[in-house]
Amino acid sequence: MPEPSPSPDARGKFLLPVVGLLVLALLVGAGATMWLGGSLADGPAVGGSFSLLDGDGKRVTDRDLRGKYALVYFGYTFCPDVCPTTLNQVSEALDRLGTKAGQVRPVFITIDPARDTPAVMKQYVSAFTPRLLPLTGSDAEIADVARKFRVYYAPHRTGDQPGDYTMDHSSVLYLMGPEGKFLAPLRADAPARELAENLSKQLK
Amino acid sequence: MKFLVSAVLLLASFFPVPGFAADARTIRLENAFTRSAPAGGVGAFYVTIVNTGAADRLVAVASPVAGKAELHESVSVGGVMRMRGVADLAIPAGGTVKLAPGGYHVMLIALTQPLTVGQSVPVTLTFEKAGAVEARASVAKPGAIAP
Repeated sequence: MPEPSPSPDARGKFLLPVVGLLVLALLVGAGATMWLGGSLADGPAVGGSFSLLDGDGKRVTDRDLRGKYALVYFGYTFCPDVCPTTLNQVSEALDRLGTKAGQVRPVFITIDPARDTPAVMKQYVSAFTPRLLPLTGSDAEIADVARKFRVYYAPHRTGDQPGDYTMDHSSVLYLMGPEGKFLAPLRADAPARELAENLSKQLK
Repeated sequence: MKFLVSAVLLLASFFPVPGFAADARTIRLENAFTRSAPAGGVGAFYVTIVNTGAADRLVAVASPVAGKAELHESVSVGGVMRMRGVADLAIPAGGTVKLAPGGYHVMLIALTQPLTVGQSVPVTLTFEKAGAVEARASVAKPGAIAP
């Protein structure tokens, strides 16, 4: 007779996500600690190569962003509170920078690709500033770019329907240099004036 | 006598007599605003709740412009932003509670109409004691942090 207890294989399947979550939690904790210490630029690499889709479904890679500073934010369009607040502060901060703003390209990468198709992203960002570049991709492409930027994200169920969920996600602005190198994390909840000052210090 | 006064006040709350009803009202809603959004999309509603009466609780939220409205709180834990449903919200006696960007807000889900800058839309907050109070929320630009 076969053993009634679960096979080692089944236990492995259960353990894997648990271990994965623990590792993620450690990474998030380590990341937060380094940001607080202000030494992330000297720490593990942030950023790297990616290939995603813009609002028209056209491929955009990290190479296409070279030549300008990039201010990268990860979020999602079904987010009614924090994401629009951040994107509006980014937009107002760039307005405050005047001509210097031309050196910076703000980028909004979704961590909810199931809902955020190129068309949805295009409509969403158009409400903020025409400067804002929306990027989405397949689940795998988003997982890859999020891992490279050390962004944590996970769905949080709010009901029984498939669409009943919101996303937990790291809320940080990443300033990348014209060569694609990570320069500094900026507070996503800072007022536009403070964000503009911090940006201005970093720009050449 | 006390009973009689209570009974009259109770009756008054059933029949909204102008002036009289306003006197009995202990909750005032100020600076109500939301942000422009497309039909079918999501929105956030913010308001300052001023309580001139006894301790109360916000127990329900609704709006005819949303298929569903829920009270939420955004919380940042170690740099990770989370949004969680809130069953009810204590409004202290004589106190003020702000629903503001980055904290408590009413999430308007499945908007039945586009929210356009310059418009105003009704949102009803229901309190345990004060009952239903309607706010007219002015529609500001996306991501606005004030009306």
